[in-house]
Amino acid sequence: MGRRVAIVGTGQTYHKSHRPDVTSREMIREAVTSALADAELTIKEIDAIVIGNMDHFESINYVDTYSVEGSGGFMKPIMKLSTGGTTGATVAIGAYYHVSSRLFDRVLAIGFEKNSESDTTGAIITCSDAVWDRFSYSGAIPSLATEATAYMEKYGVRQEDAALIAERDRGHAMNNPYAHLRKPLSVADVMQSPMLAYPIKLGDICPRSDGACAVVLAADGIAQKIASKPAWFKAAAVRHTYTWFGDSTDYNKGLVSLQRASKDAYAQAGIVEPVAQLDVAELYLPYTWAGLKWIEDIGFCGPGEAARFVGEGHTHMGGKLPINPSGGVISTNCIGATALLRVAEAAIQVMGKGEKRQVPDVTNALATGFGGCFWSDVVILSSERP
Amino acid sequence: MDKAAIVGVAQTKYEKRKKDQIFADMVFDVTRAALDDAGLTIHDIDSVVTVSNDFFDGRTISGMAVGDACGGQDKNISTVSGDGTFGAFYGLMRVLSGYKATIIVAHYKGSEGNILITTNGMFDPIFHRHLGIDVISSAAMQANVYMSKYGIREEDVAQVSVKNHGNAKNNPFAQLPMDITVADVMKSRKIAEPLKLLDCCPISDGAAAVIIANEELAANCRKKPVWIKGVGHCCEDYYLGDRNLSNPIALREAAKRAYAMAGIKNPIEDIDVAEVLEPFSYMEPLWLEGLGFCEQGTGGQLIGKGFTTMDGKLPVNPSGGALSANPVLVAGLARLIEAALQVRGEAGARQVKGVNTALAHGFNGPCGQSHCVWIVSGSE
Amino acid sequence: MTEWLKEVEPLTLKGQIAVPYTWWAGETGSKFLVSIRDEKKILGTKCKECGTVYVPPRKNCGRCFVDVGEWVDIGDEGVIEAHTIVHYAHPMQPVKPPFAYALIKLDGADVCFLHLVKKNLDKIRNGLRVKAKFKAERTGHILDIDSFELI
Repeated sequence: MGRRVAIVGTGQTYHKSHRPDVTSREMIREAVTSALADAELTIKEIDAIVIGNMDHFESINYVDTYSVEGSGGFMKPIMKLSTGGTTGATVAIGAYYHVSSRLFDRVLAIGFEKNSESDTTGAIITCSDAVWDRFSYSGAIPSLATEATAYMEKYGVRQEDAALIAERDRGHAMNNPYAHLRKPLSVADVMQSPMLAYPIKLGDICPRSDGACAVVLAADGIAQKIASKPAWFKAAAVRHTYTWFGDSTDYNKGLVSLQRASKDAYAQAGIVEPVAQLDVAELYLPYTWAGLKWIEDIGFCGPGEAARFVGEGHTHMGGKLPINPSGGVISTNCIGATALLRVAEAAIQVMGKGEKRQVPDVTNALATGFGGCFWSDVVILSSERP
Repeated sequence: MDKAAIVGVAQTKYEKRKKDQIFADMVFDVTRAALDDAGLTIHDIDSVVTVSNDFFDGRTISGMAVGDACGGQDKNISTVSGDGTFGAFYGLMRVLSGYKATIIVAHYKGSEGNILITTNGMFDPIFHRHLGIDVISSAAMQANVYMSKYGIREEDVAQVSVKNHGNAKNNPFAQLPMDITVADVMKSRKIAEPLKLLDCCPISDGAAAVIIANEELAANCRKKPVWIKGVGHCCEDYYLGDRNLSNPIALREAAKRAYAMAGIKNPIEDIDVAEVLEPFSYMEPLWLEGLGFCEQGTGGQLIGKGFTTMDGKLPVNPSGGALSANPVLVAGLARLIEAALQVRGEAGARQVKGVNTALAHGFNGPCGQSHCVWIVSGSE
Repeated sequence: MTEWLKEVEPLTLKGQIAVPYTWWAGETGSKFLVSIRDEKKILGTKCKECGTVYVPPRKNCGRCFVDVGEWVDIGDEGVIEAHTIVHYAHPMQPVKPPFAYALIKLDGADVCFLHLVKKNLDKIRNGLRVKAKFKAERTGHILDIDSFELI
């Protein structure tokens, strides 16, 4: 059996649309120094590094070896994990196994992206199979739009219902000094924004950001000496499968990968009633409809009930289960870091370091990662040592 | 470290171009073959690690192509973007964390891309990319500084190529088994001095899979378990100019960690066979120095004295190595597979007698910036 | 399954991905590029802890993991410590082969600088001194230095 592992420190950059003042490597260093400061550790005390991003956004091959000066990897073990949008969560989970295996005591997980350096759609399109999918159906938006129309038809959900997700998350971002977009956005603003691919409008989707995130994980016995309130891993579940876009997306079934990953995670953590037992959730929602559909998939409410659940305020700050106190992906999306930010923000909530965005009395926090090929990761962190 | 063993291995034949198979086909074949080798079914595997690189595949999220083909449905599956030895290391950590068995599968097709452009992409976009530097020209500079510093002649490293292509004749998976001489190597076309064509690896297509299991499951597998005794990895500076290219400090450190874990005190005595990743002939003696098999600067002498031949004190690359087949990323996993076959006594015509402890090695980054070292053994 | 595969002709599809990139040089990199563009002067940075003088300049020292201390003027001459003469071509190369890459220890630097040598390839050896040749028209790009020449 593996060792228990906790997050003992986090760091992130102030996310922006462009960071012309730094290269990727220099930007990574900002997040790393911030995480080390939060954990009150020096780089010398880090035993191994796990890093990830989506290659085609910066066109840097082998970012692990490229990053060394900025990641602190000089004369350390470093490896790269890369799984698309889920990368940040994959990296956190990979770092978790580094420590749980007993081979390393203190591990640094790093996610980053400089989306400003490339054409996002051009880079994302390359994830589609070159022979079968790339010419007909690709890019992040078309696939999500298809999912959204199916959902709207099935349950009679309106565009305004989805727009509320953006209003909520962008409102939450006002409490997060690191978030990229820090201006409120109302449902009316979203409804008036330009249509991209029906029903997805500009106001429904995430921005592209330049940013990095770093998280320090430590082993049982060591974590307690580093942090006064470590965020213990109670669950880590990953479901990534897809070969061609037509396969895994029966839109009537919902986001199958999230259903399976959350079921596995809840079993690991002993969660039988998510809304009652979780205190906060940082969900990877790249667009507003996800904030409705996927909370059904993750068991926060029944099928077709999400619009009412959100509309009644249960997921706003002060509600039963606040979602995305950080502002979420709709406020900040530096892709390789984004899923790691969900884990980091969940850890921040458990560790009580959320300041203006802190949810009171957090014991259990859930974080998800999502990838454009309909992959999902789920992590559950807790102030209770499992 | 808790006990864990390699219980199943499989590789495709390495070829210049596998026109009739896509990545998923190759991955499915080696997945099935590794399971058969282990006497396991896909249901026994509870964790999957795929190994691929978005640049080489020309596809962001390159792991998407193969998840289903290696049994990733409804399982914990991730992609390590780096050499197969690193992917296997992640697979090992999963098992040590509580999974019963991880399958690690790597794939690559050199025939589908331009390695010079994709490896040019390893270099700094601001200061180095536009000079056109790539994997070959950078390796050539390392060869230049290493060989001129220690007075190693081109004829000395040519012997590595002769040995490895010759060894490949015993390896049914190898792409380039050849009977060549030092003179053939010396006459071959100049690529980037001092590297000539026969000092360089081929372009290859292929896939490979390894299954690592915990002690309990290993006892129920078909073959004798190949116990994992030590592993280590380490990375040095990024910019070529910051490094001492003739002294592989990251490799020394990685080896040190693996040896400490495995209780290896005197590498040349304690290790029976070594499979090291040598896409360029000069790398074999250089890595042997870094692995502590000889003093710094004397790698050329190890070769010259015949230490590393099949009959020598420390046979190196009985499989023919990367010089005989180099599907990038897969090649490191292939070194681990070859080491495992040696320990099992299943290496056929390329079997070294009396192997109990074997070393496998792979690396990432230009001129071997980041290395991973494995020690495997028949003893628990 | 595999039997009928033997009757099938494998087809291939040629493609090329074109993804445009714009890399931020960052403040540190920009200062270096502006200096070679405007003043034909090569700059480095010195780590305040270990004293290593890096060129190209760095924002932080990777070994000490601290911000570098100061900017340092680096000479435009140095010694070749490693080189290779390239005999193959690919699209990213700025010049047709044969040409050489060299790792050059510039005067005042503690690490080597990677660049090109285009002429006198038959005379190139480690230990020889070289001097930077700048282009007449410079844009703030590493190739504002055309190459290094044997002196």
